[in-house]
Order: sequence, then structure tokens, then C-alpha cells
Amino acid sequence: MSGLFRESESQEDFHYVLGEVLQQPVKYVWHRDRNLAEFDCIVLPGGFSYGDYLRAGAIAGRSPVVEALPEFISRGGFVLGSCNGFQILCEAGLLPGALMRNECLQYRCQSTYLVVENTETPFTRGMRPGQVLKMPISHGEGKQSQIVLRYCTEDGRVTKAGNPNGSLENIAGIVNDEGTVLGLMPHPERAAEAVMGGTDGLIIFHSLLGSLVEDGSFLKR
Amino acid sequence: MLQGPGENAGAVDIGDGWALVFKIESHNHPSFIEPFQGAATGVGGILRDIFTMGARPIALLDSLRFGDPDDPKTQHLINGVVSGISWYGNCFGCPTVGGEIAFDPSYARNPLVNVMCVGLARRDRIFRARAEGVDNPVFYVGNKTGRDGIHGASMASATFDEEVEERRPTVQVGDPFTEKRLLEACLEAMQTGAIVGIQDMGAAGLACCTSEMPARSGTGMDVELSRVPQRETGMTPYEILLSESQERMLLVAARGQEHEVRRIFAKWELDVVEIGHVTAEPELVVRMHGEVVARVPVDALAEAPVYEKPTEPPAALAALHRFEPLSLPEPASYEGALLSVLGSPTIASKEWAFRQYDHQVGINTLVLPGSDAAVLRIKGTGRAVAVKTDGNGRQVYLDPRRGGAMALCEAARNVTCAGARPLAATDCLNFGSPERPEILWQFAESVDGIASACRALDIPVVGGNVSFYNETSGQAILPTVVVGVAGLLEDAELRTTQWFKAAGHRIALLGPQAVSLGGSEYLWCLHRRLAGTLAPLDLELERRVQAGCRAAIEAGLVASAHDCAEGGIAVALAESSVTGPAPIGAQVSLPMAARADVTLFGEGPSRIVLTVPSEHERRFEVLMAGSAVPWMWIGTVGGERFGLRVGGQPLVNLSLAQIAHAWRNGFERYMA
Repeated sequence: MSGLFRESESQEDFHYVLGEVLQQPVKYVWHRDRNLAEFDCIVLPGGFSYGDYLRAGAIAGRSPVVEALPEFISRGGFVLGSCNGFQILCEAGLLPGALMRNECLQYRCQSTYLVVENTETPFTRGMRPGQVLKMPISHGEGKQSQIVLRYCTEDGRVTKAGNPNGSLENIAGIVNDEGTVLGLMPHPERAAEAVMGGTDGLIIFHSLLGSLVEDGSFLKR
Repeated sequence: MLQGPGENAGAVDIGDGWALVFKIESHNHPSFIEPFQGAATGVGGILRDIFTMGARPIALLDSLRFGDPDDPKTQHLINGVVSGISWYGNCFGCPTVGGEIAFDPSYARNPLVNVMCVGLARRDRIFRARAEGVDNPVFYVGNKTGRDGIHGASMASATFDEEVEERRPTVQVGDPFTEKRLLEACLEAMQTGAIVGIQDMGAAGLACCTSEMPARSGTGMDVELSRVPQRETGMTPYEILLSESQERMLLVAARGQEHEVRRIFAKWELDVVEIGHVTAEPELVVRMHGEVVARVPVDALAEAPVYEKPTEPPAALAALHRFEPLSLPEPASYEGALLSVLGSPTIASKEWAFRQYDHQVGINTLVLPGSDAAVLRIKGTGRAVAVKTDGNGRQVYLDPRRGGAMALCEAARNVTCAGARPLAATDCLNFGSPERPEILWQFAESVDGIASACRALDIPVVGGNVSFYNETSGQAILPTVVVGVAGLLEDAELRTTQWFKAAGHRIALLGPQAVSLGGSEYLWCLHRRLAGTLAPLDLELERRVQAGCRAAIEAGLVASAHDCAEGGIAVALAESSVTGPAPIGAQVSLPMAARADVTLFGEGPSRIVLTVPSEHERRFEVLMAGSAVPWMWIGTVGGERFGLRVGGQPLVNLSLAQIAHAWRNGFERYMA
């Protein structure tokens, strides 16, 4: 069972991809819930949590459900944070670093390419080292340690030209030391169907589902 | 059509039990006073109009008009408006999928911000702004009431002068996160059956809702203002009634189910207060601490008086019509002329703006901004909708009747080019002061023009908005008719984009030969002239061209389809070459009109450039032969060069890089 943090507008997109495209059990988690026992994985989708009037993810990073995450993670639960979800994980101290305003100081919604650096995580085990993925970004604060994904050019070169937001060393996604918490700025749920322009985002979901089954912990469905 | 004008928005049936709910509205004056919040609250207001109908918003489109972008004041306005739209739309979580930005000096001191929103509802669950059922409780939900926006509506209905800065407090301030919670709470409450009617507190706030809702139902309302949640102390009844604080709704619930309404809005941490009830007498009774402070027949507030005012064509129009574009010299270089027109800010790429908008949230957007119309899928149905806004103030200025009709035709043609059948339209009519006979004449003529096109193309107008008094210091804007059209693709796989797909595809031009340089982008761009007459519009021919284009797309014969609009066929072809993911050249040969510049840059309605894969050429020819649509082959896609011949003369031979550079930088160079 995946639990979906219901705080921002991409929640329904993840719900659709997990529930309809991948036919997996998924449930919304209310921001005041602290009991996460029924879930294998918690997804923090992108969007603007609480309007992001302070800093992206700053208020959500202190909400009851996020306060319950350290215990969930210590019991072996997986956490996937995309875009604003990544920002929340950083604000909550569950991933290192901070996300700053884009170098251009403007919101950016565009397609990006990512090169895979680390395939030893539950989220990337279905990928090849050096594999280039295509996924959209959509954010205004994304500059970012365990690097899993870096922005690159279409042919896989990690250069300034491939970096959409000026992030340090082209970082697009990182995991915690245990590899059980992934934060990434791109939106995998927007690259999960051929009709939407690509399916590279699905590899993350497939890797994650594979990891859950293998560990025998996929019994909560 | 499920819902016509008179409600928060219009609605049409799109099959499988779904209804498409949509409307366009202006937020022009607030956006000039305070561009960021003005544009942001424009987005917020139209979103609420859609979700009060029970629909989840799925797309936003913005039709923007500014003065010349080389003016720093205009750059400031563009930056503010675009980032305000981006902030509110992105934060709320509705994708901004399309729209247009055009420039003319007349908008310098009165920019236009027209926002269209499209939502999806179950057709049997459309909610209306009614106050039915005597004694039913009246609830106030959403944000608290403050002093912001008092007299916002009357500010919008005044002309501007030099003291515009003093009006800043009349602009409302947006809170998209509260709007998002209000959306979820409203849709959840509507599921319970506890809601009888609901209306957004927009212009003139509570005063408007408490009179319009009962007026539609032949009832009255009795409300107690001291119960209204307030974020400031000491507000007078007058201020509470007229506040335009954002993110508020008035709803009438079913007596006995108040607890459901309270439970759901409290869960979303929104104020929910019973402030009164529906009465039998068609009268609005307003109390403050029990004491009656106003007692008015609801009709007196809700029914607008009908004015009969003088109309008269502008004196200068006859001279403008006499202008003969051919009296101007031919351009020294047609290549230079094409690059100039392609690089004019109105025609050039607007990527600078739309990359700041989230155009994908909701994962429905099949055709992103940059083609003729945006296409969104309806999940679980195989269908898709195409949406587009259009409007050319120059054409309406030179001929309001024909220009108004052309605006509707062009928006519908764009939807047709995406492969969709236009279903219905919404219009936003932006004009100067109607107290001047020539402005009222422009208005009346253009409304008649739109209506004639609607009848000919069988496209109902399901709602819209009129914005008058768009003038500063006596200088009116170009009369700007903006039309939004929504269409349906029965099969989402048939969606078609504007750019060339592959070498060897044949290029066809559908539609009439008659074009005019009068009011064209070419005339403005090269000669700074706005004059002449428009090309003829044959509405029956327009209908046939669009039907023929759709038939070819539905038969699977078409690789790309693009409307010939501003800049004429030369620009349409160049856009098809360079706007796609993989630019590709073309060689085109056109017959000579009065002069080569008329052929290449003349503008006229009812024209579409299609490409057809060679294996379908024969079938396409057979289909067109039976369609009574004038058409001809004009060239072939392929290669690294873009070549145009007119009457056999080679006039343009440019590299794709030259074309792309002009188009990409024409607008962005001002904003970088």
C-alpha cells in the first residue's frame, strides 16, 4: 500500500499513475494523520504545500504527518518526494541540503534529461548506470549526499546546458544514507504513459514496487 | 448545451456523462494598477466561477494585450502579469495550456488580461447559483472578509487618469492555497446532496450574491452581517457588503443537512458560518446586530437597467478604409520582410511566458502550448477536448462587424486544426467608454458579427464578459473581441499539431485566395500603418473549409494542420517549419495575387495549411473533390531550407536557423 500525502496539487496525478496506470493500492494520507503503519511507501507529491508562502516546503516540513516520517523510515518504510515533496524532505531534515530559487529567478516548466548515477537504491535498481531519462520539471525553487540523478543533455553529458535551474553540480535527485528516502525535482508521474510523451518515470515506480515485493514487506496491500 | 449565459459559467455535454464547463473573464484595470495581484486574482476569480458549477478546473488560457514591449513600463507590466498568472495557477494546481499575447500602443496604459478556465463536471451534477427553498440556511464559506477590493467593480467601470496609483487599495490580494482548499471542500460538499445553490463572491461581493441568487429563484434573503467572518475590526455594513476579498462563496444548503456542510468546510479549515436564510418575499433584508440596515427588492439590485444610447461610426473610419496598401512600395527584400514579420512581438514565440506556467499538472495535456489549440484528454474515455482563445483588435477596429465574426471563426478554426469539432464559445468584449457613440457602435456591430458567425457555424456562446471603459486619458484601446472556443475529439489519437512532420509530405492550402494587407501585421510591422479594408468573409465557405479539414483529419490523411492568421501564409508556413520538436524545411510555390507582398503577407479568413503524407495524396484529393472546398497543392516538406516562390519567382530562400532565430527572439529579446 502506498500512502499519498494530500497537500498539493500533483497528488491526483500520483494517485492516477499508482492506482490506474500501475493498478497498485494507494490511499490519501491526511496532513494531520500520524499513524502510517498500514503503508509500505509514502509519496510526497509536487505542488505548493500550504501555498508555499514562506519557503517551498517550509510549513509542510513541520506538519504532523511529516513529523511521523522518521519513525516510518526507521521501520524500513520507503519515502519518495518529488518536486515540492523533495523540498519538504529537505525542510524536515530527512534529506541533506536546501533548495534555492532557480538561477533564472523564474518558475520553469519544461522537459529535462537526467543521467542515472546510482542504481543501488530501491528507486533506481531497474536502471542502468549512465542511463539517460527524460522527465519534466515544474518549479521555481530547485537548486540543491547522495546523488542519484543529475541533469544532463539529451546525449547524457552533465553540462551547464543540460541544467535547467542552476542546481549545484547538476543535482536533480538524492537519497538518504540508507537509500530508503528519494527526493527528486522532476515529476516521474508526468512521464508514466506514452500518450503523455514518455514512460521513463515509470522505471522509478517499477523499481520501487520490485523492491517492496523482494523484501517480503509487500504484505500490507 | 447544458447551461447558457446567466450562471457562473456555461456548460456543454461531451458524452460519457461528462460536461465541459467554461467561461472567460477580464481583469484589465486591476492588472494595470497592480499587475501581479491583478492578474493573479483574475485567475482566482475565473477558477471559482468554474468550480461553483461543480466542475474541477482542468485548464486555463490567458489572452493578454500590452503596449510596445520596448517600453520599460510595459516590460514591468508583462513581468507582473505573467508571474501573477504563473503563481496563482501553478499554486492552485490548474495547468495554463494556452492563450495569446499581442501588442499595440493603444494598450500601453490599459493592458488587457482576459482569463478563460475550463472545467470538467458530471453532467447530472451541475450546480447553479440559486437560492431555492424558503427557510433553507445561507452559509458564508471561505476566507474572511476585509476591506480589500471595496469598489473594485466600480473602479473597473471608470476610465483611468493620471491618478491611477491612488487606486491600488481597490485591487484584491489572492490566496491560492485557500482557493485550493475551497475547491476541495466545495466539491466534497456537493457530493453529499446538502448544497442547493452556490455562488462565488466576486464583483460587489456579498451584496451581489445575496441579491442575484434569490433573484434567479424568485425568493428573498435575510442575512445578519455581524456573523460574517471578518479579519478587520470596525467594518461598517456597507464595507462588509461591498468587500471584494477573495476566495469566498455564498451557499444555500438544505435545511436539516447543515451539519454536513459544517463538517466538510471545518475539515478543510475554512470558515463556515450560517449568516441567514432564504425567504418567500423577493426582498433582501440585511441586518447588523439584529437591526435592519437595508431592505431592497432583489430585482432592483440584480436586474440591470436597459440603456438606449446613441451609436455612430467613428469619423476617421472612412478615410482609413480608403487607404490603398499597394500605394506603399514593395519591400526591398522579401526575406528581410519575412524575418521582420516573424520577429514582430505579436507573432514571435511566447515561450518566455508559457515556460513559467505549469502546463502539465493534472497529466491531461496532450498538446502543450505552441500549437494552434491545446488538447487535453478526458481520462477514462478515449476522448479529448481542444481549447483556444483568439482575437485581433486591429480587425475589429477597421470593421467591427466582420472583425467580430472573424474572431469567432478563427478560434473555431484553430480548434478544428487540432482535429476537434467546435462545441461552444465564450467571449470577452473589451472596449472603451460606451458613453461615446463611436465606441458603442463598435460594440453593437461586433456583437452582431459574432452572433452571425455563431449561427453560421452552429456554435453557441454559453457565457462571457463585457469590459467597458478601457481607456486612459481619453485614449481608448483597440476594440478587442476575444473569443474562446472549446471543441471535442471523439478519438484523442486523431489530435493534430501545426508543425511539419516529415520530408516528402505534400502541402495543401484549403480556403479562398482573397486576402488583404488592410489591418495586417505586415502593414504594421513594416510601415506602422493600421488602415485599409479587411478581406471578405464568407461564413458558409468558412463552415465548409472547417468541415473539410476535420473530415481529412478524421480519415487519418493529415500530418499537420495550421491556421493562416496574423502574418499571412508566409508566416503560417514558417511556423509549421520551425515550431515543432524537429524543425524541417519546405519548398512552396504560390500564385501571384495583386502583388507578391499581398500573396505572402495578406491576411484573410477561412484558410488552413495542411500536410498530407504521399501515400494518402490520392485519397485526400478524392475527399476534397467531394467537399466543395477550394484548395490546391502548394509545395512539399523537406530539406534544410525554407523556400517560397510567388508566380514562379523565387523570393525567399532562408535557412531554418535564420527563421527560428527571428521567431524565437522577437519577443524574448525584450524580456531577457
